[in-house]
Amino acid sequence: MIPELGHYALVLALALGLIQSVVPIVGAKTRDTALMRLATSTALMQFVLVALSFAALTACYVTSDFSVKTVFENSHSLMPLIYKFTSVWGNHEGSMLLWVLILSLFGAFVAAFGLNLPATLKAHVLAVQSWIACAFYLFILLTSNPFVRLPQAPIEGQDLNPILQDLGLAIHPPLLYLGYVGFSISFSFAIAALIEGRIDAAWARWVRPWTLAAWMCLTVGIAMGSYWAYYTLGWGGFWFWDPVENASLMPWLAGTALLHSAVVMEKRNALKVWTILLAILTFSLSLIGTFLVRSGVLTSVHSFANDPTRGVFILAILVLFIGGGLSLFAWRAPMLKQGGLFAPISREGALVFNNLFLTTACLTVFVGTLYPLALEALTGAKISVGGPFFNLTFGPLFVALMFAMPFGPLLAWKRGDLLGVAQRLMTAFAVGLAAVAAAFAIKGGVSVLAPFGVGLAFYVMAGAVVDTVERTGLMRMPMATVRMRAAGLPRSTWGTSVAHFGIAMSMLGIISAGTWGSERIVALKPAQTVSLSGYELSFDGIVERTGPNYTAQVAKFTVREGGVPLGVMEPSKRNFSARATSTNEAALMARGAGQLYLSLGDTNADGSVAIRLYYKPMVMLIWLGALVMMFGGALSLSDRRLRVGAPKPAARAALQPAE
Amino acid sequence: MRRLALIALLVALVAPTAALAVEPDEILKNPQLEARARQLSEELRCMVCQNQSIDDSAAPLARDLRLLVRERLTAGDTDQQVLNYLVARYGEFVLLKPRFELQNLLLWGLPPFALVAGMIALFVTARRRRTVNLQAPALSAAEQQRVAALVEPQTD
Repeated sequence: MIPELGHYALVLALALGLIQSVVPIVGAKTRDTALMRLATSTALMQFVLVALSFAALTACYVTSDFSVKTVFENSHSLMPLIYKFTSVWGNHEGSMLLWVLILSLFGAFVAAFGLNLPATLKAHVLAVQSWIACAFYLFILLTSNPFVRLPQAPIEGQDLNPILQDLGLAIHPPLLYLGYVGFSISFSFAIAALIEGRIDAAWARWVRPWTLAAWMCLTVGIAMGSYWAYYTLGWGGFWFWDPVENASLMPWLAGTALLHSAVVMEKRNALKVWTILLAILTFSLSLIGTFLVRSGVLTSVHSFANDPTRGVFILAILVLFIGGGLSLFAWRAPMLKQGGLFAPISREGALVFNNLFLTTACLTVFVGTLYPLALEALTGAKISVGGPFFNLTFGPLFVALMFAMPFGPLLAWKRGDLLGVAQRLMTAFAVGLAAVAAAFAIKGGVSVLAPFGVGLAFYVMAGAVVDTVERTGLMRMPMATVRMRAAGLPRSTWGTSVAHFGIAMSMLGIISAGTWGSERIVALKPAQTVSLSGYELSFDGIVERTGPNYTAQVAKFTVREGGVPLGVMEPSKRNFSARATSTNEAALMARGAGQLYLSLGDTNADGSVAIRLYYKPMVMLIWLGALVMMFGGALSLSDRRLRVGAPKPAARAALQPAE
Repeated sequence: MRRLALIALLVALVAPTAALAVEPDEILKNPQLEARARQLSEELRCMVCQNQSIDDSAAPLARDLRLLVRERLTAGDTDQQVLNYLVARYGEFVLLKPRFELQNLLLWGLPPFALVAGMIALFVTARRRRTVNLQAPALSAAEQQRVAALVEPQTD
């Protein structure tokens, strides 16, 4: 009964979605407020229905209802409760349901909080949002229905893929989807603006919070995915330039560019056409990412979904929305009036520079990801594009971007003074150079480039600090004035500095862990000791443990530094009987921002076990930097100007019920 | 979710043994040769894996390739000779960094081309806008009337 209800709720959502796709637009044409307002109710109701549908599927998983096909294929009665929850989206059908859940959530947000939006704009935005929703409801209902029943209910499920039985599955996909799907709002706003043929600074002010929120989720989503792969895959890598990763990086790059160009549009009423185009492209890249992964086009083994009907369906959605969006853009964009002139050397100019390099970086990833597919389809020649290619092409673009980054916020709008800014950045230059010298002094010439990378990272961090110091007048003015000025600074200014600081942190972590990490691969017998970067690790032997649905071999290591015991590390291997597979659980020990990393290999005939040991200096900065970036985004989002929705009346607080 | 696919795939390939990538018995005695072998391994693709280098992969084929690279290095090959040898045997597919060749023209050429084209486009539009659009256009008669109506004090 419950799966049928969930299925029915989804069909109802589609019906509402079809109404919402048409009626508000008619209302906007005929200036009929009632018809336009309908969109608000249907958007909220759509969310309620999809949430019901999702809840129904979750209920099937939690109660282990193996009469439902996807539950049977991806769950097991012995799994811990948390994985019963997360396995809802640990498969193709469920993850698409999560996709539309988030899509309808964003639609409901616009409906609920967009009180100050002009009526026609809101009607158009919600209608476009509903077009996307309908396409994906249809996709789920026609090709990927998660509620299909089996004629005969099996006694036991086939278990979730063991590698997915991890907390990472609870965090990474929802965040990533919030980011991907969040960009649909920017898309809908862009299409609505094109339909109306009108766009102004207020438009940018409405779009920015949504873009910012989506960007924050995507940033952390990518970072958490990276950390998950880092501790799961067992060789300490954190980014592989794999097509599936690139699929999430492309919308991030385009979205970052969009954030910055929307600033120009909001403040100076310039770059309108470009911002609209970026909004369309960003969501298009999200759709392309969905297509790449969901259609199985990358390789047959790579995706969950190998069914060609699904691939063709998503391709149709892709063509419809990207093609339609770009055609509409080509037709209507020339009608949009350009505003706001600026000199090349100015804040606007710096943001244009940012956009040029970010979009080129995005194009590089795009070409690198799709070129092998295109070449093979056209000529049959097979080539590989991997890390070494991207390091060589993407790397320099990012270095240029990082170098220019501290200049942007210090330049004045309209016409800036490059020399003056360079003088104000003297401290940052000095910090950067000192960092280069220090890196050479400490690490020697292992790598020539890495110390300069460290210098660049420190220069960007110092630049972010200099910006804040300048604005608050720290060191020049009395403390009271500084405090007042700091409080008076717009939150978005703080957000900029914090986010720029964050990306420099990530860069530092990537360089440090990638260049100066140490690694040992050894075969060890119990009671043997191995040393690594000043730590002594003694192997105490292997014990067997039993988990809820697996058995594990756990290797026990005692870690000492200069004879002082620091703790125990236990890398393990888990064997899952339900799928007859095993996973590798690395052991991590934090040392400052660095980590010791142990991964367990095979047991040899002579009783020794293969062990990989790593020391990764400052590796945590990679992901901490992403969290700092998100925090910067949150600061910016809390800026008064950008606050989503109407300001809440202060009296509301008094109405809260007493606890 | 994308990462799931990657992880799931890796598990599918690695699963039966959960072995490590580079195994202790593969490592060469000569640290310089070993360092070169590791560097080369990062540029070579494990052909049965999804975009993984043989340095990262635990697949049996990757192990064979790693041993082959070490064999060639021990025999006195230069890095380039090792790469050529592997390309001759397995085709360009084995290289994670495609060569500068005609068929890869767009791959290598498009990003720098886009950057330069973007710069030129920006330069041209900036110049054109500076010369054409220095002054805001004057208000039309209708617009002036509207302004007058807005400025006039309300009477009601």
